[in-house]
Formats: sequence, C-alpha cells, structure tokens
Amino acid sequence: MSSDELKRTPLYQAHIDLGGKMVDFGGWNMPVQYPAGVIEEHMRTRTKAGLFDVSHMGEIWVEGEDAIPFVNRLTTNDVTKLVDGQAQYSALTNENGGVVDDLLVYRFDQDKLLLVVNAGTTDKDWAWITSHKGDDNVTLTNASADYCQIAVQGPLAKIILEKLTDTDLDEIKYYHFTTGVVDGVDAMISRTGYTGEDGFEVYAAADKARQLWDKLLEAGYYGTENGILPAGLAARNTLRLEAGMSLYGHEITDEITPLEANLGWITKLQKGEFTGSDKLNEEKQRGVSRRLIGFEMTDRGIARDGFDVYINAKKVGYVTSGSPAPFLQKNIGMAFVPVEFANVGEELKIDVRGKQLSAVVVPTPFYRRQK
Amino acid sequence: MANIPENLRYTKDHEWVSVDGDSATLGITDYAQNSLGDVVYIDMPRVGDKFGAHEAFGSVESVKAVSEVFTPIAGEVSEINEGLNDSPEKVNSDPYGAGWMIKVKMDNAGAADALLSADEYEEYLSTIG
Repeated sequence: MSSDELKRTPLYQAHIDLGGKMVDFGGWNMPVQYPAGVIEEHMRTRTKAGLFDVSHMGEIWVEGEDAIPFVNRLTTNDVTKLVDGQAQYSALTNENGGVVDDLLVYRFDQDKLLLVVNAGTTDKDWAWITSHKGDDNVTLTNASADYCQIAVQGPLAKIILEKLTDTDLDEIKYYHFTTGVVDGVDAMISRTGYTGEDGFEVYAAADKARQLWDKLLEAGYYGTENGILPAGLAARNTLRLEAGMSLYGHEITDEITPLEANLGWITKLQKGEFTGSDKLNEEKQRGVSRRLIGFEMTDRGIARDGFDVYINAKKVGYVTSGSPAPFLQKNIGMAFVPVEFANVGEELKIDVRGKQLSAVVVPTPFYRRQK
Repeated sequence: MANIPENLRYTKDHEWVSVDGDSATLGITDYAQNSLGDVVYIDMPRVGDKFGAHEAFGSVESVKAVSEVFTPIAGEVSEINEGLNDSPEKVNSDPYGAGWMIKVKMDNAGAADALLSADEYEEYLSTIG
C-alpha cells in the first residue's frame, strides 16, 4: 500500500514535524520511532514520561437499556461488575472461544458503555458486534474517527497532565476514568495504558488533538535532557512486552483462546453464557493443551516473532513476540508451548535462523514497576 | 539525507567497502543503520572464515528488526571489529568509522572496482525513496 492510501490520525503532521519515521501499521501511517530512537523512547517512558499517539484505536459506543447485558454476552469479563467511571480489560470471543479482539470496556452509566478496540481490527469488530445485535435495545455507534487518543505514560505522567487540568488526578484510580477539561478541551481522562507504567489515556475530539499533543509535550519539558519524549510504535511494543501484555495478532488471535493466553483472569465463566463460553468451559474442564509462557534468552541472540521453539530436539511451539528488552537489558519473548513444558525454569531451544539457541521459561510480567 | 562518503564503494544491500591494497573493510551504510534503528547485537564471522561474493557473513540486529549483511567480494576474514560486541551502537553513531564490521583479504584485489560509487549509490537511494 502506498503511503497515500494509508489512514492518518489527526496527529499525522505532528509526527512529521517531530521527525517521526512513518510506517504502515495495519493500514495506518504511524510513527515507528522519532529521532531519539526506540531505546531512548523506551527508557524515558520508564524513568520520566513518554507521549503516544493512539488515535488509531477504535471507539464504539453501546447505548440503551440493554447495553450491559449485550456487551456481557459478547465479552469474557463480567460487565455487571463495573461501576460508573470504571474500565475493564476484556476480550471479544468467537463461537470457538478464540479471541476476535481484546478491548477496554468503559462504563459511563448503566445505559452507556464505550468499547475501545484495536486499530487494525476496528472494522472486523464493528461487523462482529453489529451482527450479534438481536432484539437488544441498544444503539451502536462507530465513533472511531471522532476522537483522538493520547497516552501520557511514565512516573511523571501525573504531574505533567496535572498542569493542564483542574481534575484531581489522584481521585482517578487505576482502571478508572472521568470526564474533565484538559487545556480547555472537553476530554475523557482514563488511568490506563499499555506500558507497565502509571499513566493516563486522554480521549478528546479529533480536531483538538494537535493542541493537546503540543501542550503535553510542552508541559513535559520536551527537548530537555529529562523531558518527555514522543514515543513510537517500536517503543510501545517493547514496553508492553516487558510488561507481559498481549498484542492482538501475536499472543491472541481468532485461533487462540484467552485461557491459553493466560487471560483466565478476564474470563469469567461463572457469569453466565457468552459467545464461546461453552467451548471455554470445556477447555477449562479438560485443561488447556498449550499455554503462553515468557522466556529469556540465555544464549546471545534474539528470538523474533514466529521463530520455532524446540524441547528435546522436538519442535513444540513458536514465539509470539520476541525482542530485546531495553530496560531489562535482556532478550525476551513470549511463546506457546505444550502445557507440560509451561513451567518456570524449563529450558527451551529457539531456532534463530538455523541456530538452536538456549532460552529459559521465566515468570511474567518480565518487568513490574516499583509502586 | 543519508551520509555517503565519496571515497567508499557501495552495494545495493547498503554495505560499504573501503579498499587498501588487497584488504577491504566492510560495514553498513548510514542509510542502513538509520533504517534498522538502534543496533543491539551483531552476529559476526570468525577470523579465517571464507566467503564468496554476495554471501551473508553476519547479521545486524536492532530492537525491531534483523538484517543480514553480505560481503560483495570474495575473500577471507582477516579481522573483526571486536569493539562492536560491547558497543554495537557504534554502528548507529559512526557507521563508516568505529562501526566498521570486518576486514577481508580479497581473493581478487580489483573486485571492489565493480561496486557502486558514492554518486551511483546516492542515485540508487533516490530511486528507492
């Protein structure tokens, strides 16, 4: 696809102005990194703050008196447990229990939920969700193009965002949100992220994106030694990988169940029926046959997505995500292996371009921030 | 704009070659290091390894990608840049200097003459955008 045909977020020009290296990401023209480079962007997010354009994510409103039961029937987590102003990580599942997408479910009130889905799967999700609306009294709106979404992440995220809003950010607990005003702009402020750090995701009207982006950079002293840095997709990926978070299309797909992908904690089989729950119940009873593990390379070399995993000279699985981990300074990854090998300390061999290199199963997340 | 020193020879795989008698020094170009991003690991051959023209002699790994490196000329590895084991980032910061990768004793001392000149390489880069 030529760059002219790619979709752009409202911050496209900001990325160009900042020297972002633009790439095709699921049909979106997005910055993979800025001049500072992925390692510096990653480290700055861990130690100070990073700013991410996540406007390509999809936003779907579900409104009406059946909003909660409708979403509860399509997703694995228990939507009835949400209170107003709370967000929930969840998964849309298909009839086989595979993952259509992972998403956040925001509860504004009992008749109004916001689903935030992955960029590359927004159209698929929209088709899936609308096709499952039966007699439910809900109105569905794909509002993805209406919003920008900017994530400010890292230990300084709160004091940076505080400069631009009167909202008491301490009142927003992890996985909660509120509506407020940021630099004069109506916004939804969510204490969520995809980096393993404290931070916020700010949703606002698309035409206010540049104003908020520039103000957040300024408030974070962008351009100074310890200032905030804009961070691209490459850093977003290494940050989430260190934090042991799944990336759709890698750790989870239509053919992978949440139970296999260690997402049992968002799979509430007790809540009643949802799409694929019968299959997931069976799988739970029977026990999964493969499971996602985290590994760290013990030989020099880097495992990459798709590389084969061997145990006792037999091919047993594959790497879902593999990368150098800039903060941990190790080469890490996640892989599917048969459940009998999915134990911390298990030694693996990974086929790195024809060389069998050693790795060991380690606990995830690889990185956990100090609170 | 990529830095392309006048005195070197280039390949379409984005390696550079510097010739001194029958010895050639090889590395990757500024364009290549910029495309790869932060280099974190380099898989090098051993001194004494022999490679034919266009054979991969190693790989350069960045945070997000891996790229094989090819020698455009046949010969035997006479020296490797051990400094890159501890400081692979030199490939980014100084691709034509401290970021050199290997020295090769060429089978045919004139082999590098057929490679791209700086002007030709620059023109090639303009065609690939």
